[in-house]
Amino acid sequence: MSGPYLEITALKKSYGLKPVLRNVNLVIQRGERMALLGANGAGKTTLLRIVAGLTRPNAGTARIDGLDCVRDAQQVRSLVGFVAHQPYLYEELTAWENLLFFGRMYSVAHAEKRARKLLQQVGLARRMHERVATFSRGQVQRLSWARALVHTPPLLLLDEPETGLDTEGTQLIEALWTEHTAQGGTSLFTTHQQERALALSDCVVTLKDGKIAKV
Amino acid sequence: MTTTRIFINQTIAILWKDIRCELRSKQTWMGMGLFALLVLVIFNFAFDLRVDNKAAVAPGALWVSFVFASMLGLGRTIAAEREKGSLDRLLLCPVDRKAIYLAKLLGNLLFIGGVEIVALPVFAALFDVPLVVASLLPIVLFGTLGVAAIGTLCSAMAAATRARELLLPILVFPLIVPVVIAAVRLTGDLMAPSANEPPWLGLMIAFDVIFLSASMLTFEYVIEE
Repeated sequence: MSGPYLEITALKKSYGLKPVLRNVNLVIQRGERMALLGANGAGKTTLLRIVAGLTRPNAGTARIDGLDCVRDAQQVRSLVGFVAHQPYLYEELTAWENLLFFGRMYSVAHAEKRARKLLQQVGLARRMHERVATFSRGQVQRLSWARALVHTPPLLLLDEPETGLDTEGTQLIEALWTEHTAQGGTSLFTTHQQERALALSDCVVTLKDGKIAKV
Repeated sequence: MTTTRIFINQTIAILWKDIRCELRSKQTWMGMGLFALLVLVIFNFAFDLRVDNKAAVAPGALWVSFVFASMLGLGRTIAAEREKGSLDRLLLCPVDRKAIYLAKLLGNLLFIGGVEIVALPVFAALFDVPLVVASLLPIVLFGTLGVAAIGTLCSAMAAATRARELLLPILVFPLIVPVVIAAVRLTGDLMAPSANEPPWLGLMIAFDVIFLSASMLTFEYVIEE
């Protein structure tokens, strides 16, 4: 399908009386990486949650590849991979079990093969049968990346995706992300670091008080 | 893969995950089991059990212990996932919300059932009543299904609030009154058969069907933001 891959139009969201997003408009082309900069409380995470179909907007639309994130939520979920700054993995399960579980949730064909490859790519192959509860913060974040990519999503939504990563982890993840982009994948990510935003993205957007302040 | 096949696979995967997590953390089922046994012991000492009032007291004590112990497990069904944030991850997946409900319900049935299997012989010994397993089985099965069907839905409602431990029993107890009455009367009837009893088992099955259907249909709206 031609046209923008992700299109956000007149998006508004309030929690109670507090407006979080005020008339946000964004367009991301297929294969593009867009960085969302902004202070805490600017509305970055809420915007990502709406695009992922986790939160309903009060007004406006978010469309991925022509599909509405609210009306076509079930189809949209298959298109999205999400990495949050909190990993939210099942700590009682091993890395392998976590990936297989999410592979089954996304009905991934050959989930074992895919999980094994991803665990190697994020440098966790040797610890794949250990429980996530025993992992360091950086290792959990790497596994979180592997989980987000288990169903080979065309769109990655990344909320402060480098949280907790050391130099080695950052390099492994960048390689994984580069591969995703090279295969035509689109990314929308948030960060507080302007230099990282400029280095990793094709386009930087700044959110301030729920509005687009600068593109 | 057909939609039905995907639905079944996802339900089994969620159930497998919940069982594995629970068996490793041992957070809920141990507490449920101990609680059920303690309630039975307390009731045993609290009531003056003579042969003539045993049939009136024992079934009530048994079902109170089952229902109270169930609350502990039901409270953790969704709350544990919400507290850890993993519920959002599950909701991000293209999984039918009915599959999540069904998996959680089956998990609850399994854990409550496990507690009941342990508690029943203790109940029989403490209250000195014969354990007629074949007759008791459908009563326990349909009674537990009714409690779990409502409890699973209400646990999703309660988990979205801060006062979830307080809210869950307030939501569940009024709704399960019919099924508990039916279960107690049926259990009592096994100990001291009485004539002209209403068809309690049929009522319990009808209750289960209605609440199971209603819960499956409404779970999606309860679980999502």
